[in-house]
Amino acid sequence: MNPQTLAEKLLSRAAAREVRAGDLVVCRPDLALGTDGSVPMALDYLEQLHGGAAGAPHDASRLVFAFDHYDTSSGAKALALQDRARRYAGEHGIAVFEMNQGIGHQRLLETGGAQPGQLVVGADSHAVSYGAMNAFATGIGSSDLAGLMYCGRLWLKVPATIAVLLSGRLREGVAAKDLALALIGRLRADGAAYCALEFGGPGVAALDIDDRIVLANMAVEAGAKAGLFPCDELTRAYLEASVGADAAQRMTAVAADASAVYREIIAIDLAAVEPMVALPHRVDSVMALADAPRTTIDMVYLGTCTGGRVKDYREALAVLRRGGGLAPGVRLVVTPASEPVRAELEANGMLAEFAAFGAEIRAPGCGACCGTCGGGPAGQARVASTANRNFKGRMGNSEAQIFLASPAECARAAVTGRLGGGR
Amino acid sequence: MSGLLPLVGRARRFGDDVNTDNIIASRRKRETIDPGVLRAYLFEDVDAGFAATVRPGDILVAGSNFGCGSAMEVAVTVLLGAGIRAVVAASFSRTYLRNALNNGLLAICADTRSIEEGDAIELAEGGGGDGALTLRCGQRVIACDPLPPFMQSMLEAGGLVPYLKTHGGFAA
Repeated sequence: MNPQTLAEKLLSRAAAREVRAGDLVVCRPDLALGTDGSVPMALDYLEQLHGGAAGAPHDASRLVFAFDHYDTSSGAKALALQDRARRYAGEHGIAVFEMNQGIGHQRLLETGGAQPGQLVVGADSHAVSYGAMNAFATGIGSSDLAGLMYCGRLWLKVPATIAVLLSGRLREGVAAKDLALALIGRLRADGAAYCALEFGGPGVAALDIDDRIVLANMAVEAGAKAGLFPCDELTRAYLEASVGADAAQRMTAVAADASAVYREIIAIDLAAVEPMVALPHRVDSVMALADAPRTTIDMVYLGTCTGGRVKDYREALAVLRRGGGLAPGVRLVVTPASEPVRAELEANGMLAEFAAFGAEIRAPGCGACCGTCGGGPAGQARVASTANRNFKGRMGNSEAQIFLASPAECARAAVTGRLGGGR
Repeated sequence: MSGLLPLVGRARRFGDDVNTDNIIASRRKRETIDPGVLRAYLFEDVDAGFAATVRPGDILVAGSNFGCGSAMEVAVTVLLGAGIRAVVAASFSRTYLRNALNNGLLAICADTRSIEEGDAIELAEGGGGDGALTLRCGQRVIACDPLPPFMQSMLEAGGLVPYLKTHGGFAA
């Protein structure tokens, strides 16, 4: 057998034959996630496929729906779309992550829905997040989801791979978000188009699972089909917490072959990464935060599938404490990525501390990230956000300007009322 | 792809990295996913006059990475709802390309640099029998990247849904 990349190995299993970059294959995903944003349209397609009412899915046990994009602030029509997905799930025994329980990607990861060796897809572009768990994970559309519900299968082109070789460790105050932004700035918005990013090298061990989720999650902002990580002791420990020690120990790690062929190899010394910022309205408009023009910040958003986990809030809160609270006029919004995250923040007192600083605490979910729930920026607000995208209009308001940075740097913006201008 | 081609239309010009939120804002699909309604908001945040001036048969012409960002499929169906049957771009984001082909929207890669807003263009089969297309703009003939046979057969069927319906799943 010829040497294979991690992507080729994972997709060979899913296609039940040896596949190579460039092959067009029909795969059987282990699990597919749909959201209230994508399921209603998938049900339209499924009705067309069944020539009437949407019938039973091919395999309900391989589906999970997340009602994360819409909440009670989204309006009656959005809730009606969500309810259509809920009814179908109820009729056919499809597992759901309910409204206010969190972002589907985070819930799927927390519940062990993505495991080493698997193919897990999601009808949402940030499904790439599960690549942190040594699974091939990628975003699909509603029609693809309907196809899966119809026949359990999906067409995929096996991607070429860009290897990202990490060494060293991140300096104090530098986050995985900074590394992700630096990588996207280097690759640009389409630099990894149609490719998998395969993270490797000794530096991976110095990144915890939350860090890996951030990097896998943002791989799509460089156009990547997937952001893939090896399986190590940290992966097993994370899975033990969700599926139990026995199940976690039985999982088989999948690794690239030593002489696999890569389109490109990018070497990064983690110690050389510094705090970064993506300027409006492009995720690849990246520069060192210290070099960025000094900008007044009106709103700080801490949340999303990129920056809404406990670690993110811990790092942000440390900066808020040191700074003594919010600068006058700055609005701080906290939207935890999931209910377990919110509950932990409540239990350890962090949520109360955020509230005491004047933060608006909102229910877990996608929140204002893509403007589908309330709480977004008003007028021409300049927003510092821990999210993954800063497109014009992204938070539901095309007048707003969104700056992407790490949780600590977003918190610093909340404390000082500004970003950049440090050098 | 005899059923879809040739296609003659007016070029509507866009640049690089047009993202799905540019095509249709995420907040709009909270109201409805009906492309007949959503078409009124097509490109509203980046080209406020577009929705009022789009005509059935217009062909979108863009630079690289068209459709980057979200995987939301309304960013494809809203174009079809406005009567746009084809997008020619230097390159597409992968989810957009999937969604386009799955819905029978022609998504063709070609060097689009010489095409300007309002140009009359024609997309036709190259005649080589390999699925390669050519793009004519005035006297210029621009070669397009061929689509793999599977994608051609899906386009010919009208998209993923009719393809799966015809074959009862994926053909081996």
